[in-house]
Amino acid sequence: MSWLVVSPVALPLAAAALAFAWTGNRAAQRIVSTTASLVLAGLTITLLVSVSQHGTLVMQAGGWAAPFGITFVADHLAAIMVAISGLMTAATAVYALADIDPAREALGYHPLFLVLVAGINGAFLTGDLFNMYVWFEVLLISSFVLLTLGNRRAQLEGGLKYVTINLVSSLLFLVSIGLTYGLTGTLNMADLAIALKGAPAGLVTVLAMLFLIAFGIKAAIFPLFFWLPASYHTPPVAISAIFAGMLTKVGVYSLIRVFTLLFIQDVGWTHQTLLWLSGFTMVTGVLGAAAQSEFRKILSFHIISQIGYMILGLALYTQLALAGAVFYLVHHIIVKANLFLVAGLARRVGGSFELADLGGLYRKRPLLAILFLVPAFSLAGFPPLSGFWAKLVVVLAAVEARSWILVAVSLGVGLLTIYSMTKIWQAAFWSPPPSGRSVGPMPSWQLVAPVALLAVITIVIGLWSEPFLALAEAAARELMDPAGYVRAVLGDGAALRYAEAGP
Amino acid sequence: MEVPVAITVGIVFGAGLYLVMQRNLLRFVFGLILLSGSVNMALFVSGRLTRNLVPLVPEGAQVPPVGAANALPQALILTAIVIGFGLTVFALVLLLRTYERLGTVATDQLSLRLDDPRPVDGSHNDAPAETAAGEAAPGKAER
Repeated sequence: MSWLVVSPVALPLAAAALAFAWTGNRAAQRIVSTTASLVLAGLTITLLVSVSQHGTLVMQAGGWAAPFGITFVADHLAAIMVAISGLMTAATAVYALADIDPAREALGYHPLFLVLVAGINGAFLTGDLFNMYVWFEVLLISSFVLLTLGNRRAQLEGGLKYVTINLVSSLLFLVSIGLTYGLTGTLNMADLAIALKGAPAGLVTVLAMLFLIAFGIKAAIFPLFFWLPASYHTPPVAISAIFAGMLTKVGVYSLIRVFTLLFIQDVGWTHQTLLWLSGFTMVTGVLGAAAQSEFRKILSFHIISQIGYMILGLALYTQLALAGAVFYLVHHIIVKANLFLVAGLARRVGGSFELADLGGLYRKRPLLAILFLVPAFSLAGFPPLSGFWAKLVVVLAAVEARSWILVAVSLGVGLLTIYSMTKIWQAAFWSPPPSGRSVGPMPSWQLVAPVALLAVITIVIGLWSEPFLALAEAAARELMDPAGYVRAVLGDGAALRYAEAGP
Repeated sequence: MEVPVAITVGIVFGAGLYLVMQRNLLRFVFGLILLSGSVNMALFVSGRLTRNLVPLVPEGAQVPPVGAANALPQALILTAIVIGFGLTVFALVLLLRTYERLGTVATDQLSLRLDDPRPVDGSHNDAPAETAAGEAAPGKAER
């Protein structure tokens, strides 16, 4: 089974090499990229099924026993994230067939996209802190190039902000890793869980804050999010969709991983900090969105406010709250990427991303209107779509924890989300088209099919939410039981040592 | 041995932070190089510094002798140097391109220049405006 654990990393890397070797042969590159993405989606779902049947799967690279080698761990959380990343890869790969122009393809879009996917999956699956840094760099460097590929002025300006802040964040991550190694002498996450339990509490909290800043920049939490709305609306739609869906969520995943496995000595301080940050993240994100009038900028600010809900789930640190956070991750990735893809459709039909230049799409292109309504309503949290259940679980957990302020904030932010979505709806779909603007024909099937597929999945998660909630709960159960993770990676003896290491 | 190196790391890191907060993006990149160097040094110290003992396992023994140098941080640094080099080069090229297209590397000027429709010089304007049919032709096509 161990090949299955690394296949979500190995397959895109191999395909990227193949696509790179075929530089100059556009048709071959497109076939490689699409095939690899579709196979990847199948493989990742197989991995998820296999994890939910057999429990955590572990693979030691090169047969070096943990903690000496590099470990790949697929527990429920990692498997869920990888499965959703496989789905997004397939959807955006098909969309890109008609969205990315030949000039960008000639400059290496396909290999870069595949390397990006390998980096994302590697960050989800690795069980080693330094290895996680390497995967972060793999996905960062390819995202840098994808973001600036094409060299337009807006791209360069947005790209500069994105690149500089992310480089600083990477260095913070690296220095935190160095200090962690200096304190404990190990970088295997399961081994670290044991070592940090016996380490001086004050030093561990300092490390926790360093990691919070490093991952917080990637996840775009308050007050570290300014790079996101400055850059995500500049590249072509297929690229900004995979960025919006997956990249910040790698940061959220890393936060969840380290704040449930490694830094749980002083929950009163660390998770309380996360709690306040989550509230500010929600509010600033949604207020920022209210001030925007460009389709993709509104959506970018909403990424930030939605990240707040996930961090809230992590900060409450109960099983229900974590299940909510995991469910929210899945819901949000699908819906947000889909909204970016719809924004691309609306621009093709209506001719602009500016809401002021759009109009009349509901009357002229009812199918497009429906494709927008499903993810938009889901993002706003209307029942029975996926966003309703995600918000419900997180808010329920907040009620259980009696954080009334956060309950009020999250409900208020939900209302403002509806305001933003109706603003888009009103301006782009309902109002009459501005004079002199014509409405174009519906775009080709490569663009519509991924949007329709993701919309159907949103509806399915909403109507049959039970199995998805069960998966999220299984992930949350594992997250609340770090000893189980230690046992899966290092064996029973280590789990005993973990139990004896501290309170 | 660790203390003087740790203090050096602090000084270089501080200098790097100072440069990173400058308005001129070229200085930002220099700051990044300093930061990256000091972080690598921090990694090095975190493995503890010893002298004169190479980490080789003597014949017949199972583990290296006590007090041998720690090889792991050196492997980590090697990886980090390679990654840091690649990222720095990319940042420099990006900076060069931005200077060519927008005519400035001062952070507070960038967004102003972006809204300014006048081309910086004749050859680099944004002429192929976006149309409903597709994105503006990128890179090579514009030159």
